[in-house]
Amino acid sequence: MNAHDFTLAGVPLKALNTGALWWPDEQLLCVSDLHLGKSERIARRGGVPLPPYETRDTLTRLAADLALTHARTVICLGDSFDDLGAALALPEDEKLWITRLQAGRRWVWIEGNHDPGPVDLGGSHLAELPIAPLTFRHIAEAGASGEVSGHYHPKARVLLAGRRVTRPAFVYDSDRLILPAYGTYTGGLDTRDAAFRTLMRTEARAVLTGKTAIALPMPRTSQ
Amino acid sequence: MQVLPEQFQDWFAAKGWSIHPHQQDMLSRADAAALLLIAPTGGGKTLSGFLPTLIDLAEGTHEGMHTLYISPLKALAADIKRNLTTPVAEMGLPITIDERTGDTPQSRRKRQRADPPNIFLTTPESLALLTSYDDAARMFCGLKRVVIDEIHALSESKRGDQMMLALARLQTLCPNLKRVGLSATVEDPAAIARFMARHPDPCEILLADPGPAPDIGMLRTQEAPPWAGAGAAYAIPAVLAQIKQHKTTLIFHNTRAQAEIFFHNLWLANDESLPIGIHHGSLDRDQRSRVEAAMVRGDLRAIVCTGSLDLGIDWGDVDLVIQIGAPKNVKRLVQRIGRANHRYNAPSKALLVPANRFEVVECMAALDAVLAGDLDGDPRGAGPRDVLCQHILITACAGPFDADALYAEFTTAGAYRDLSRADFDACLAFCATGGYALRAYDRWQRLMQLPDGRWQLRDPRSARDIRMNIGTIQDTDTLKVRMRRNRGGKPLGEIEEGFSATLTPGDTFLIGGQIVKYEGLREMTVEVSRDAAKKPKIATFAGTKFATSTQLSARVQQMFTQDSWPGLPCHTADWLRLQRKVSQLPQPGRLLVESFPHDGRAQTVIYGFAGRNGMQTLGLLLTKRMEELGLSPLGFVATDYATLIWGLEEVDDPAPLFDPAALYDGLDTWLAGNAVMKRTFRASATIAGLIQRNTPQARTSGRQATFSSDILYDTLQKYDPDHLMLQITREEALRGLVDFGRIEEMMKRVGGRIDHRRLSRVSPLAAPLFLEMGRVPVQGEAEERLLAEEARRLMSTSGLANIGPELAESKR
Repeated sequence: MNAHDFTLAGVPLKALNTGALWWPDEQLLCVSDLHLGKSERIARRGGVPLPPYETRDTLTRLAADLALTHARTVICLGDSFDDLGAALALPEDEKLWITRLQAGRRWVWIEGNHDPGPVDLGGSHLAELPIAPLTFRHIAEAGASGEVSGHYHPKARVLLAGRRVTRPAFVYDSDRLILPAYGTYTGGLDTRDAAFRTLMRTEARAVLTGKTAIALPMPRTSQ
Repeated sequence: MQVLPEQFQDWFAAKGWSIHPHQQDMLSRADAAALLLIAPTGGGKTLSGFLPTLIDLAEGTHEGMHTLYISPLKALAADIKRNLTTPVAEMGLPITIDERTGDTPQSRRKRQRADPPNIFLTTPESLALLTSYDDAARMFCGLKRVVIDEIHALSESKRGDQMMLALARLQTLCPNLKRVGLSATVEDPAAIARFMARHPDPCEILLADPGPAPDIGMLRTQEAPPWAGAGAAYAIPAVLAQIKQHKTTLIFHNTRAQAEIFFHNLWLANDESLPIGIHHGSLDRDQRSRVEAAMVRGDLRAIVCTGSLDLGIDWGDVDLVIQIGAPKNVKRLVQRIGRANHRYNAPSKALLVPANRFEVVECMAALDAVLAGDLDGDPRGAGPRDVLCQHILITACAGPFDADALYAEFTTAGAYRDLSRADFDACLAFCATGGYALRAYDRWQRLMQLPDGRWQLRDPRSARDIRMNIGTIQDTDTLKVRMRRNRGGKPLGEIEEGFSATLTPGDTFLIGGQIVKYEGLREMTVEVSRDAAKKPKIATFAGTKFATSTQLSARVQQMFTQDSWPGLPCHTADWLRLQRKVSQLPQPGRLLVESFPHDGRAQTVIYGFAGRNGMQTLGLLLTKRMEELGLSPLGFVATDYATLIWGLEEVDDPAPLFDPAALYDGLDTWLAGNAVMKRTFRASATIAGLIQRNTPQARTSGRQATFSSDILYDTLQKYDPDHLMLQITREEALRGLVDFGRIEEMMKRVGGRIDHRRLSRVSPLAAPLFLEMGRVPVQGEAEERLLAEEARRLMSTSGLANIGPELAESKR
């Protein structure tokens, strides 16, 4: 497994290079911010017709992580759909695909700000889910501990001999973990942004996703 | 022969002028459907274009717009307005003149649409925008003539293609519209004629007297130029001496950064405080116009500039043009030289100042080419389809359209005369639904068909976005630079976002000739303060990228085969002899490859002389092979003559790199994943309307909402590899970035005869390559290795590696 090992609230976790979080003891896989149906939503609102393949690409990667981990529980940490309309408008074959992925395991949709209500797909819908000692929710809350969240789409930028390498990244400290966005059509927020400076402790780390999961101190110096 | 009316004759006489022969010719042929004038700079070109208009309008019977003038530069439109106002005022002609560019205020734009002036001056982008309004027919009603200035510059770019498509639209609205093109000296006037005339109409070509041969030479200096270096600091005293001897000197640079450094050094050496200004495209508009105004008044003795001053603005009494750095393109050099002695029939005077010794060789080759009248240029090929897509959307903004009629209209533009209906339909499908193999947007089409078969925007509100996206110029994302003050200090100009990201508070750089200190970023504006530092960190904002000449490349290679170089200055001949001693000079029929360590990387230089596109292609091919062979290449840069590749592992034996079978095996995959292709995709997808141009508002509001164009590119590659945008990307790459033909020809020429020189340090010939712009990164194993190293380093320096139990790294 290509992952960075760490602990949160005493729980051993693995940040996979794919951007998914693996909790071995619970056989639990967590992904955040899938933004399925994003291209449909943009076109519906009169925007540019983007290549309509992001849902199948995201599901393909998710299927691979499920095949790798044989997860018994899956948590989608919010903003799984670009909006509730996008969930409704998913093509039939993509809905069936999700149903097939759900077969034989517990599946939890956490509500996000993009998809704040239930969708007509299997699985349970929750505002947040505590599995002691951790709590899974979409947006990090001040003062929380043992918290796993998404929402911010963190990405880390490293300067390497004159070139900039920017990759989606997990960020964590002793209180919380923020997952990178897993969806194909997602951008990122630089870890140098004020949002992370206020949320994360100074000793926070970032785990870059990509070919290999690489941990380093969370880049935070202001520009 | 059309005779000049008395009123005009009197005016000419009062000025002490007589009409030039080609001005008379233009007047006599004013009824031609299309007419192209090729005249040297300073030949009274603009007046030739406007004389028939002024005469026609002098009667005062014409209502509305009569003549549309299009120029590639905003500044040029303003300048022409000034120049036309003089004769109009002095002869008391009843003619209204107004200009419209991106800088024109909203209120004036509205007035122009309601009550169009007789002579309307604009740019290709503003024209395209005007054709997107539903009242275009009314605004351009009665239009008789269009004058396209500096058409040679426009005919080389997508801006020109866009302009010709907009003209095709105007021609539909005003069928008797006459076209006039004004061009500087070019190598193939017939190509420009085909480009500008309504296909299949003929286009008459008028060649004005080219005037006397230019007086051009290399600046002699006491100091020898360095081996490498782009600033030409050694030549400052000699250049200053030239400025003192002349009335007004223009000092051209190839890049903005070079212009900044040179200006700074010139200013430090300017002990007599001569008035010297700087002008380039990254400076704030107000600052640029102040310099322009001072120039027109004749207040400046010299102006340090870049391509932003390249085009025919009338700068008054320039009597010397200095070119710093080797001219990468002979045609452009000749056009620049034309800036001096802006009087017909007086020879232009120009001096070349090579910045390093390799450029001495290049300058000599360029001088030979100028004397031989050998202008460079490549045929451009068919009109690009990304521009076509944008124009379909622009057309839709103006109202419902018929596809057959639009296709017919597009094929009257010279560059699109061979456009097939199938290709047009693919573009239309792309605009309507995205044109994907997977039909996803039947409900949310961008364009939909009316019951009568015509096409229109599904959502009229999308017109706003389409209009915001008009244009074909690719700006890299830039940030404004301001002095830090309480309430927004003076704007200084712009720098590239990429450059700003490398700055940390306290860093210094040059902008507008002054050294400033980076303070911080506030609301997407770079805040700086004045700094007294002597040596700045230099802004790497991009300047003009030069199309380069293949003729020059052949001439340079020829010079290397000589035994001695009596024609070259001693220092450069010595330098070539040194190259021969420590390594060797590239020989015809063989391929010289040098390998040496530098900057902590393994460097390899291949002297292939296959032109920039060819050498760039070779860079792509060789880095693919090096990645396969585990040599961890990091990137490459190409010039006309050579490719420099740097990586983590040394090249022991170049032979396996050049194995032809392995070189091309799997190339498609490699090419598709390369940064060059992604950059090309981004440009074309932006023009075609798949990617919205980055507005400042979009950039400030939460970045996680927008995602990189690379993601779109990768997604299409994976799921829709035959999609129109990928076809266009490949066409564009073949058009201007890669050239397999030249590489195959090079491989045949050297036939495996490789001279590999392993050196302990940079060779004289390789040194200038380290200053080249346009470095292409390779994203392979090397990046992963560097990233892992950097992570280890950061972890240990921060002490995070041994932090308490919560954060301690557990077993891997």
